[in-house]
Amino acid sequence: MSNMNFEMPNFALALPEIFVLCMACVVLLADLFVGERNRVVTYLMSQATLVGAAILTVGLHTGETQITFGGSFISDTMGDVLKVFIYLVTAVVFLYSREYLRVRQLFTGEYFVLGLFGVLGMMVMVSAHSFLTIYLGLELLSLSLYAMVALQRDSIGATEAAMKYFVLGSLASGMLLYGMSMFYGVTGSLDITEVSTYLAQSHDKNIVLAFGVVFVVVGLAFKLGAVPFHMWVPDVYHGAPTSVTLYIGTAPKIAAFAMLMRLLVEGLGDLHMQWQGMLIMLAIASMAAGNIIAIAQSNIKRMLAYSTIAHVGFLLLGILPGTENGYSSSMFYILVYALMGLGGFGMVMLLSRAGFEADRLEDFKGLNQRSPWFAFIMLILMISMAGIPVSVGFWAKLAVLQALIRADMTWLAVVAVLFSVIGAYYYLRIVKLMYFDKTEDNSPIQPALDMRVAMSANGLAVFALGIYPSALTALCVAALK
Amino acid sequence: MLEMLQTVWSEIPEILQIVLKIVVIVVPIMLSVAYLTLAERKVIGYIQVRIGPNRVGPLGLLQPIADGLKLVLKEIIIPTNANRFLFLLGPIVALAPVLAAWAVIPFDSNLVLANIDAGLLYILAMTSLGVYGIIIAGWASNSKYAFLGALRSAAQVVSYEIAMGFALVGVLIAAGSLNLREIVLAQQGSVMHWFWLPLLPLFLVYFISGVAETNRAPFDVAEGESEIVAGFHVEYSGIAFALFFLAEYAAMILVSVLTSVMFLGGWLSPFEGVPFLADAFAWVPGIVWLLGKTAVFLFLFLWFRATFPRYRYDQIMRLGWKIFIPITIVWLLVVGAAVLAEIGPWFD
Amino acid sequence: MSMEQIVFYAFAAILVAASVAVITVRNPVHAVLFLVLTFFTSAALWMLLEAEFLAITLVLVYVGAVMVLFLFVVMMLDINITVLREGFIRYLPVGIIVALVVVVEMTIAVGPKYFGLEHFAEPARHMADYSNTKELGRILYTVYVYPFEIAAAILLVAIVAAIALTLRRRPQTKYQNAGWQVATRRNDRVRIVKMETEKKES
Repeated sequence: MSNMNFEMPNFALALPEIFVLCMACVVLLADLFVGERNRVVTYLMSQATLVGAAILTVGLHTGETQITFGGSFISDTMGDVLKVFIYLVTAVVFLYSREYLRVRQLFTGEYFVLGLFGVLGMMVMVSAHSFLTIYLGLELLSLSLYAMVALQRDSIGATEAAMKYFVLGSLASGMLLYGMSMFYGVTGSLDITEVSTYLAQSHDKNIVLAFGVVFVVVGLAFKLGAVPFHMWVPDVYHGAPTSVTLYIGTAPKIAAFAMLMRLLVEGLGDLHMQWQGMLIMLAIASMAAGNIIAIAQSNIKRMLAYSTIAHVGFLLLGILPGTENGYSSSMFYILVYALMGLGGFGMVMLLSRAGFEADRLEDFKGLNQRSPWFAFIMLILMISMAGIPVSVGFWAKLAVLQALIRADMTWLAVVAVLFSVIGAYYYLRIVKLMYFDKTEDNSPIQPALDMRVAMSANGLAVFALGIYPSALTALCVAALK
Repeated sequence: MLEMLQTVWSEIPEILQIVLKIVVIVVPIMLSVAYLTLAERKVIGYIQVRIGPNRVGPLGLLQPIADGLKLVLKEIIIPTNANRFLFLLGPIVALAPVLAAWAVIPFDSNLVLANIDAGLLYILAMTSLGVYGIIIAGWASNSKYAFLGALRSAAQVVSYEIAMGFALVGVLIAAGSLNLREIVLAQQGSVMHWFWLPLLPLFLVYFISGVAETNRAPFDVAEGESEIVAGFHVEYSGIAFALFFLAEYAAMILVSVLTSVMFLGGWLSPFEGVPFLADAFAWVPGIVWLLGKTAVFLFLFLWFRATFPRYRYDQIMRLGWKIFIPITIVWLLVVGAAVLAEIGPWFD
Repeated sequence: MSMEQIVFYAFAAILVAASVAVITVRNPVHAVLFLVLTFFTSAALWMLLEAEFLAITLVLVYVGAVMVLFLFVVMMLDINITVLREGFIRYLPVGIIVALVVVVEMTIAVGPKYFGLEHFAEPARHMADYSNTKELGRILYTVYVYPFEIAAAILLVAIVAAIALTLRRRPQTKYQNAGWQVATRRNDRVRIVKMETEKKES
């Protein structure tokens, strides 16, 4: 009986989670009383929550790996690093969203409360040490996201996107859960350590495990949006309000990386041979479909959605060799991607104004004449997304390719480079639109000061990382030691 | 003689034994229902300074028999385009869970059909099923009045079930068991030990929710004869109507019994712990006390009906969601704290 | 066959038949009622597994509350089933093939070959005084307290989401404030004026 030798959990390890949960409830209640005029209080409290959580996470960081709550919770360096990035990205998302939401009468407390609960879900996923907590964290995140997409009730596009997201997301959760239940059936445990010990000891890999791996990988692929389970991604990115697209497209990807690490690498590491093949197919299909279909898009949100699919392919490439430097290159890739995604969607919001979404490619025509500075930032972002040297996107891609070559998968690296070259076309098309086409829209671009500063910082960060990537690389390597 | 009966009893096959036990419980319930209708008419009559029915038999005592006979002999009319199967299923579904719930009621310390551990949960589950009869009947009748009644009833029952469930959680915390027999035993001592005192808000909320859950006045908007004729059973006649009637009154009796069991010490004597009186009444079997307490609550049901005007629908919803549920949640915290602090004489 | 097996197969047969009926009957209200039957029979099966707490909770929560609201909604919406069923026949063969494949796969994967009694010993039967509820509570609030709290957060998000997506403030609607109504005293509504009787001039 496991409950007989129950030991008190070490609550201090989960202090950031507890803090975020409590603050989300406080924000929820406070929002009821602040009224329409002072809604900014809700916003500031949400930002304060993220800052507080970051301080707690950094302050409590010991560098040791500790497991508590009956094996459901793990505290390690990778988790802490990813969490801090999640706070950072979410804070920027909130900052970018403020003006956009206000103009569209969407500046409600629910956006921030659901956002905070989403952050909680991601934190749970990042430091999950049991299939059960991975699943619950994922559900907490997904439920918040479904609701955030649907928050714009009067928009048919948003409602449709929410419905699609919800139906396919539930299907994916079901798959994942089914796969997990098979592992539970065979190993008799949901705890990641116990599952991996069982798998390491048993030599006959029976068919139930194979089925389990298939269901888990399919579930993960759905959630990540890897081809052929990507159908929801463009519709959701396109239909959702841009502020929500920005949120969905950035921070959850970091959590998804953590989920892949916890589930496939730490839990099912001994079944590496089984999931490697599937990941190879998913990665190739994602890079192919993402990069090629993106060319045909005329809507930038849709285009970035397909670009996300392609980037997910790259993320999988880093994980599938099953080597330590592969994992760290994947982590580097996803952190960089989150930063670039923030800038890309943020720019769409920066250019939009009341009654105008700025989400078509034509809307970027002649941006250089209207605002040379933001055109320059967009240029940095696009070059970086395309992976042109010497940008941070290039270093990220390079790291993944190196990991592949070291694992004797040169052919896969070649394929990846080919598709990246194809992908560069549509990123550079935006650069062409900005610098070589005439603008048709002469309305001034006057974002708020905080937006201006944050967007500049975002662009410059991408730029600086391109010149000096080694700090982040070192951090990723250290996190996975 | 007793021994002979016991041997005869043990000779009967087990299934038959269970059936006999059920009969022994159900038949008195049916009789009580019949006479509860008479009592209702009499009580309301006297409250309104009339004498009520007094023609059939001495003092009108045969009135329920006559009514029952009339209903049995009447034709069941099935409306055109009604869903025949569901139309007939409705009354059965309404009655069955109410009767099933009686299985776990302890009449005395050893007099219970099924002494199961999760008795309280079982009761909650069974009482929540009764609403299906009403919804099915309202929908299958193919009539707007019936449908409106069914919708009102469904919303009302679901709302009050939450408050009721929370009240039962309070009882569970106080008694530390879901078994109804042990809940009664936890109240041993004296009248002051019964749970009505520490759980007073829950006691009131539970009984009022019970009235609402049985769709009785002043919560009888599901019938609402002044607005929607007779609500969900407007299209029913004959024995099908009689089943609804039986279900409603059996549910009243059930709620009264449960309130007595959970808050007023069930079969325990009210004179327990009192010098002299306790001994003087020691010979009275527990079931008498239980029935006496039940009768008090049944009288309250009738009294309500004679006194209160019907609630408006939004008022019902407000009472359930905005008043009862917060009260129960707050009191749950109080009870939890009291149990932790072992406040006597109930929780030490 | 033992009595227990007969009961199991009887309930299992009803369960499968009812769940097939849920997706095949034409009338949505009937479908919901079949779903109720499905829940009920699964509760019975759990009861056979000695999981009485879960079984009764299933009836209480799903049958007693969730499905009532479901039925409520389905009755209110006048769903035109013929539109929904367009293409049913067309997709039927594919559907059947997929269903068959899944069934075969499932029998291979979770059949007795890997989960038979030789792999997993039969769980010990508990005595009549064993309380399932107590054991569940004990483990839920100790070992599984972290997942339990996350589940609570998920429910909170569901509430927030449901309210945020459906609450519409309609300023035009007139409604009564029950609090004011209750707080009203006689003096607020009625003023009794003492008047001298007027003398008729003669």
